[in-house]
Amino acid sequence: MIGLSILSFIMLQCSPIDPIAAYVGGDTSLTPEQRLALEEYWGLDRPASEQYLTWLSNLLRGDFGVSKIHRKPVVEIIKEKAVASAALMGISWLLSGVIGFILGVTAAVKKGKVLDRFIKWIAYVQASIPTFWLGLLLLIIFSVWLRWFPIGISVPIGVTSSEVTLWDRLHHLVLPALTLSILGIANVTLHTREKMIEVLSSEYIIFAKARGETTWQIIKNHGLRNVALPAITLHFAYFGELFGGSVLAEQVFSYPGLGSTLTDAGLKGDLPLLMGIVMISAVFVFAGNTIADLLNASINPRLKEGV
Amino acid sequence: MKDKQTVLKVDNLSISFTQYVKGLKTRNITPIKSLSIAIEAGEVLALVGASGSGKSLLAHAVLGILPGNATCGGTITYCGQPLTESSKARLRGKEISFIPQSVNYLDPLMRVADQVKIGLPRDNADSIQKDLFSRYGLKEKDGRLYPFELSGGMLRRVLFATSVRSGIKLVIADEPTPGIHPEALSAILNQLRKFADEGVAVMLITHDIVSALTISDKVTVLKNGSTVETTLAENFTDNGKKLQHPYTRSLWNALPQNSFFNYKGVSDWL
Ligand SMILES: Nc1ncnc2c1ncn2[C@@H]1O[C@H](COP(=O)(O)OP(=O)(O)OP(=O)(O)O)[C@@H](O)[C@H]1O
Ligand SMILES: [Mg+2]
Repeated sequence: MIGLSILSFIMLQCSPIDPIAAYVGGDTSLTPEQRLALEEYWGLDRPASEQYLTWLSNLLRGDFGVSKIHRKPVVEIIKEKAVASAALMGISWLLSGVIGFILGVTAAVKKGKVLDRFIKWIAYVQASIPTFWLGLLLLIIFSVWLRWFPIGISVPIGVTSSEVTLWDRLHHLVLPALTLSILGIANVTLHTREKMIEVLSSEYIIFAKARGETTWQIIKNHGLRNVALPAITLHFAYFGELFGGSVLAEQVFSYPGLGSTLTDAGLKGDLPLLMGIVMISAVFVFAGNTIADLLNASINPRLKEGV
Repeated sequence: MKDKQTVLKVDNLSISFTQYVKGLKTRNITPIKSLSIAIEAGEVLALVGASGSGKSLLAHAVLGILPGNATCGGTITYCGQPLTESSKARLRGKEISFIPQSVNYLDPLMRVADQVKIGLPRDNADSIQKDLFSRYGLKEKDGRLYPFELSGGMLRRVLFATSVRSGIKLVIADEPTPGIHPEALSAILNQLRKFADEGVAVMLITHDIVSALTISDKVTVLKNGSTVETTLAENFTDNGKKLQHPYTRSLWNALPQNSFFNYKGVSDWL
């Protein structure tokens, strides 16, 4: 984590973006004195290492600092945006997990048949589509042509936030969530298929068949049981890519979540905000991987009984 | 006396496997060449033969659970009807029950009691399963365990319990007894004999020829995928002078308690 924070810090220091210029935008009336005052206010006049250590010690006290572009505490911004991002990622994660699992199981059961080849083909295509491209495609089809969904922003324009209904929020969530789900499906489908094929050729499946269990009973009694945990584990480990995907999807749909805020912070050189989001997302990905590891260990019923 | 019905008749069975060698070149191997057996209702047939002689393949062929790259020749008839893939699927678990050779045939992630309950009538699956457990010396709490938590002998008994169903006409037991203590061994053998006495046809595949003889009516000897001979169980006495085929005789005499001679050809026996 510390390594990651140092790395992001250095990258931002080296970036050609002058945070002050970005902050004031095109305003050229900034006097050198004002500029200096700003630099001093933000601590930009001090050496980078000192800036980093100040930031780190503040972080350890739970203080993420104040965003330069929003002029609000970083924690507050993250809290605000995290809900939107959590909704987006949560829905996509569940959808892609469920759909991918069903497709994977179906393909494995129909291994070698037309349906299997079709599902595999879709998965390969999905796996090779870039997020922003898929996002744009959906945007063009559903928003521009069909006009079913709005083009951007998570709430309708010209409506105050108190009037925003849950329906409005959902309406704006559909396309980004769809984009992100579609991207996650391929991963789950292919892994579930692989694992299920392996399970279906095992001795306990042969025995189940010998005992007169039908294909459906075999799947229900033994297949799902033996495939579910590896699939869920894999899907937790996918948190990292999910976050990466959400940054792009949020950007394409101007969905105001952590992802688009992160891009914004990066482009405007808003160091505290950027660092804050990077840290939070690292915790998020780390949590996903930890859960995956724990689940992995518990696949073995030996350990499951131990608790 | 009324003619007994032949439940299972296998004539001239051959099994080959298509294997890939180096890329797309295929090759056929034929581990079973010409195998014939017959089992009547009310009879226990012991099937013996060295390791690799094709005993398990025969069982799997009857059940229709051979791997996809296998092709069969010859005929299998069940109660006078040719046994097709679809009739196998219909009969499995209903009229034909199977006890596999290895305990790996149990689902590693399913509690053993639940595995025994599969295929039992839903209403009293619970009580039947408990009854089967006590019959084969398993404790009620063992049912809540997963296969890895039970000993090999206990798993054998679980496997055996899965095969005891009403309505069964043919039981195929592929070495149901290795690693089992004497009490459970006799419980299993007695159950097989009881099946036969109730009119079931029993195929007992085994390496333990001595115990098998205590319950068997006939013995079929296999060698390299072919039937050597089928003979009455009572012919296995003395030094085997009533046995027709020299291979059968050598098998019998190779047993430690009969070791008058020791033939080289059966050193892999036991
Ligand atoms: N899937 C397969 N592909 C190719 N060859 C096979 C396959 N299964 C079995 N065989 C071969 O068929 C022969 C007979 O195997 P089988 O399992 O029936 O022996 P067995 O008599 O049951 O032996 P054991 O007493 O050790 O159980 C062996 O030589 C084995 O190598
Ligand atoms: Mg065998």
